[in-house]
Amino acid sequence: MTVHTGQSTAKAAGEGARGRVRTTGERPGRLRRALSTHWYAWTMVAPVVIVLGVIIGWPLGRGVYLSLTDANERNVGRTIGANHIDATYKFVGLRNYTDALTDPVFTQRLVWTVVWTVCCVSVTFLLGLALATILNREFRGRAAYRMMLILPWAVPGFVSVFAWRFLFNRDNGLLNKVLDGGGISAVPWLDDPTWAKVSVIAVNVWLGVPFMMVALLGGLQSIPGELYEAAEMDGAGPWQRFRHITVPGLRAVSSTVILLSTIWTFNMFPVIFLLTRGGPGDSTEILVTQAFRQAFVDSPRDFAGSATWGVLILAVLMIFALVYRRSLRKQGEVW
Amino acid sequence: MASVPESAPGAAAPGGRPRGKRSPLASLGLHATLIGASVIAVFPVLWVLLTSLKPAKYAVTTDFFKDTTLDNYRYLVDRTSFFTWFGNSALIAGVTTVLGVLIAATTGYAVSRFKFPGMRPLMWTLLITQMFPMAILIVPLYNLMGQLGLLNQPVGLIITYLTIAVPFCAWMMKGFFDGIPVEIDESGRVDGLNPFGTFWRLILPLAKPGLAVTAFYSFITAWGEVAYSSAFMVGDENMTLAGGLQTFVTQYTANWGPMTAASVLIAVPAAVFFLFAQKHLVAGMTAGATKG
Repeated sequence: MTVHTGQSTAKAAGEGARGRVRTTGERPGRLRRALSTHWYAWTMVAPVVIVLGVIIGWPLGRGVYLSLTDANERNVGRTIGANHIDATYKFVGLRNYTDALTDPVFTQRLVWTVVWTVCCVSVTFLLGLALATILNREFRGRAAYRMMLILPWAVPGFVSVFAWRFLFNRDNGLLNKVLDGGGISAVPWLDDPTWAKVSVIAVNVWLGVPFMMVALLGGLQSIPGELYEAAEMDGAGPWQRFRHITVPGLRAVSSTVILLSTIWTFNMFPVIFLLTRGGPGDSTEILVTQAFRQAFVDSPRDFAGSATWGVLILAVLMIFALVYRRSLRKQGEVW
Repeated sequence: MASVPESAPGAAAPGGRPRGKRSPLASLGLHATLIGASVIAVFPVLWVLLTSLKPAKYAVTTDFFKDTTLDNYRYLVDRTSFFTWFGNSALIAGVTTVLGVLIAATTGYAVSRFKFPGMRPLMWTLLITQMFPMAILIVPLYNLMGQLGLLNQPVGLIITYLTIAVPFCAWMMKGFFDGIPVEIDESGRVDGLNPFGTFWRLILPLAKPGLAVTAFYSFITAWGEVAYSSAFMVGDENMTLAGGLQTFVTQYTANWGPMTAASVLIAVPAAVFFLFAQKHLVAGMTAGATKG
């Protein structure tokens, strides 16, 4: 499915970026040749490369640098009216990292973030798969059910989160009123550490299931029906058909949606920030909300600490991505 | 969930015939499960809609209908800056979308069609930037915007949102371009078009639905963004919807009436568009990732 841009492409593409650096030194002709073969591909990607370099590359580098300093609200350079105050923060080496990594708070947040991610992704995936398999059958009202089940995804996330906050309200929320009607005493949904954790996970699952469901439904529909018919002829039971046709058929889609949803959940800021503000206390604070809190909620604002947490979060995600890529390689997929 | 293996045969092949073999009991179970799930999916949204139509003093009662009124909407229009926030959000999300799509379109095409040195690293960069926690960029961007005097300015937030929109748009569009047969490019090349001409005259018109979906989704993403807008925009007249809505529900007081009315006004247009576009959405997102 790929148009080669020139005869030398296969070789050059195989060598990737590393090859280019080396060849410019050894054989000056190579760069010119590569340029004439690939110049339009490079021109086409140039806008993105430039924009990413400026608005992501630069802040990223700066973030890494800040994490090596003691920058906070008081010592960063700023302009108040006509007065410019110069920055006075200084380089402190890896101190922020040793501080963060030896701080029990970091470990606590990391553990809860992992628990939160694993719970959310696995429950979301299972529910999405169950609903997708049901919707993949032919029956009356299928389109209407599908529409209704997608609704949570269609509503902007922060609106849904406020809706849930409204339902979860301890004294006046609908959930507790309903429980009260059934004679069950009010549940402190967002006021008790354990319940708050259950609540944030429930809301995130509610938000995430529609995407899973639609993606997996697409995957299911791309599995040829003949496979099932043939298996049925051969006497395979429902479980065997699920195990040997559905599961392999869904592998590509599943791995993609699990990757995406793991990354999204790990970084899921709005649900926690808007539903509980990390509370009660700091019981539902995940890594990203804690990093945000350091820089924008707590006083004095700790920019260096926040940047350090940011780098650590990215490191965790990179490890995850590498492990993921390795497991895909084993399955023989490109990514 | 016990129904997973049982229903797995995908009894109805795509476009297939009803098998007509399902027992009444299985049918009942199927509909019961779906009705239960649908209620859970729809109810919170519906409840907000119903609450917005009740006088504020009944907001927290369990009555579905009580003195139906538009007072909450009137309050929202007359007494709050809702439309200012709405305008800010629309402006910021709109400009972000247009810029994001413009910048990313050719890249999506190039990574879909060509093999070139640097393509792999680029694909990885696009993937990895999508998993960037905002925590790592927010402080440097905040300081940068502060130095440039762009805090509290729509421009600042637009630049910030481009960090999300550009990689995302490129990724999505690659998925859509992958779905257009290469033969079309080839025939264009045979007719003497260069790659830019092929892209502009042949592929772009064919990819219009995909571009629309990409644009729509990046609009919605910017529309619903919370972290950057909470940190960068302060003051009533500069807030976006996500920030403005937070002012209704603080730690101690909750003004549920106008809050629900605002929620409805924010959600309904988005949801209507969304339900039309959703089918293509998933196709683009997963195709971009699986057909690397």
